[in-house]
Amino acid sequence: MTTKLVVGLDGHASGERALDFAVNQARLIGDCGLVVAYVIEWSPFSFHSAEENAQRHKRREEEISTVMTRVIEPAVRKLEKLGLSVTGKVRHGDVADTLNAIAKEQKAAQIIVARSSEGGFSSRIFGSSTFNLVKSADLPVTVVQ
Amino acid sequence: MIRHMLAPALALLAATPAAAQEALSLDARVNEIFAQATGPFVNFIFAPFYGTNFPWIVMWLVVAATVFTLYFGFVQFRFFGHAIRLVKGDYSDPEDAGEVSHFQALATALSGTVGLGNIAGVAVAVGIGGPGATFWMILAGLLGMASKFTECTLGVKYRNEYEDGTVSGGPMYYLSKGFRELGLPGGGFLAVLFSIFCILGALGGGNMFQANQAHAQISGIVGDYPGWITGLVFAFVVFLVIVGGIRSIARVTEKIVPFMGILYVGAALIILIVEYDKIGWAFGQIFAGAFSGLGVAGGLVGALIQGFKRAAFSNEAGVGSAAIAHSAVRTKEPITEGFVSLLEPLIDTVVICTMTALVITISGQLIMDPETGRFVLDEAGAIATVDGNTGVALTSAAFAEGISWFPYVLAIAVVLFAFSTMISWSYYGLKAWTYLFGEGRVKELVFKLIFCAFVVVGAAANLGPVIDFSDAAIFSMAVVNIFGLYFLMKIVRRELGSYSKRLRGGQIVAYKS
Repeated sequence: MTTKLVVGLDGHASGERALDFAVNQARLIGDCGLVVAYVIEWSPFSFHSAEENAQRHKRREEEISTVMTRVIEPAVRKLEKLGLSVTGKVRHGDVADTLNAIAKEQKAAQIIVARSSEGGFSSRIFGSSTFNLVKSADLPVTVVQ
Repeated sequence: MIRHMLAPALALLAATPAAAQEALSLDARVNEIFAQATGPFVNFIFAPFYGTNFPWIVMWLVVAATVFTLYFGFVQFRFFGHAIRLVKGDYSDPEDAGEVSHFQALATALSGTVGLGNIAGVAVAVGIGGPGATFWMILAGLLGMASKFTECTLGVKYRNEYEDGTVSGGPMYYLSKGFRELGLPGGGFLAVLFSIFCILGALGGGNMFQANQAHAQISGIVGDYPGWITGLVFAFVVFLVIVGGIRSIARVTEKIVPFMGILYVGAALIILIVEYDKIGWAFGQIFAGAFSGLGVAGGLVGALIQGFKRAAFSNEAGVGSAAIAHSAVRTKEPITEGFVSLLEPLIDTVVICTMTALVITISGQLIMDPETGRFVLDEAGAIATVDGNTGVALTSAAFAEGISWFPYVLAIAVVLFAFSTMISWSYYGLKAWTYLFGEGRVKELVFKLIFCAFVVVGAAANLGPVIDFSDAAIFSMAVVNIFGLYFLMKIVRRELGSYSKRLRGGQIVAYKS
């Protein structure tokens, strides 16, 4: 049975480090498939103007397309060149919850993410997505430096 | 303190006594011209039934809300729990993450309704109709939930979804498409008529009333100065958002307004908890006043008219505006947004308006004759108040009885509420405008500039003519909308029957338990 690893990307160098680590793990495992995922931070309980709501579907499609083009597709191409089996996913939602949900859907063995490099004021108060994922994930999480 | 800080700035704007006098007389001229221009329209909308003093428009709204309540079998109570679960996202498809959620559609609609209607409008109702007006306001709120359910279901069902992914919805769309679907004539005409009234409503209640009361609140704190100055400042900021596309201002407002709403309700709750021993008395006044009038002008009918009028103005049930706001939601079942929307009058009128009314009643601002237990009336026929305050100033004074510094917070809240309501209504008005004239940058710019100009007029005119025109404009939307809803309500009942059956049969299941 193919082992699956979910890799959380963030469009930054930290995500690349997580991806490199996942590639090494996949080679060590052998029969391994990778799922590269990007979660666009979104909450169903945020506030918008009526005009923003009217354009929301359009914006959502644009956001998914941008992430696909700039982050997911380059990552997928890179891994395919290395001969690895890979699929890409883009979702909206809470980063920690959504990565966990993707991993469960894919019956993954573990989630690999990078330690957040941009720990601003809010992440100090409320905790970073990585920290929240480690706290709440239903399966093992590897945090790459 | 604030008065001292702002005094030099105001002095610069009105550099000499002569200039200040001229500025004030400019306000008076704007007011006079405005009152004359809008008088016939206002008189028609508020014309009483022959031989009575009961405005036909109030009856129109109440009868409609009652008809919808009965026709849908008290949907507002039967599906209340389901509405809460929808808002929580229990029935939201995870695949739709990133789209407009039920909560977001409700919050957006609420930001257009919760505001001055709850603060100034309630004060007007209680100031004229006495505490008894609150009873009728609550009743109108409960009944209005069914009106909102009807219009918002239709708003989603008949919205336009364009190829570029944007959506447009509202009465103009369901009137034209719904009538066509039923093979009825006149839908297009009603849609055009609604759009005209919606533009007037956007300029009146959604704009001038807001600017007017924001100016009243600011001048109450910094001292009297010409209203057109507030108008110009407001118009400039609104211009930056709706014409300049500076979304950051709107975004900041969107974040702060809910917080101010919670702060307002929290402050009212604190006052009510501190004065808990008077709550029973206040409810006694509300019930006694509802049926006897307690000496207010017009007695029972006077209290009833004020309660119904201000409830309708505050929660906009039957007006059709909410259908525009709610139509952007992502759902496969239009009726789910109907369920969610029925929470709007509950939050707006039954909860927030009632709190304002209780605070005003408890505060002792309304002067009562201790011997007769009846209210003392002023020359205009309204209830006399301690400092002669009306509108938002009355609410402010009532809150100050409990929390002395609260008027400053309220002033900020009023300005922000006014601003967010203006932004919401600029969108509603624009949708009606583009329905009439088509989409296009120049056409949209014309409406936006007219909208900004009316901000200045609203801030400069007196409360009386502004509030009359605002009410008349908003209620004229309800005339067309409700007329159409009577024909279209069978479509909503069909949707309700189908949805209920599938919900009971387990075909519609929650994604979260």
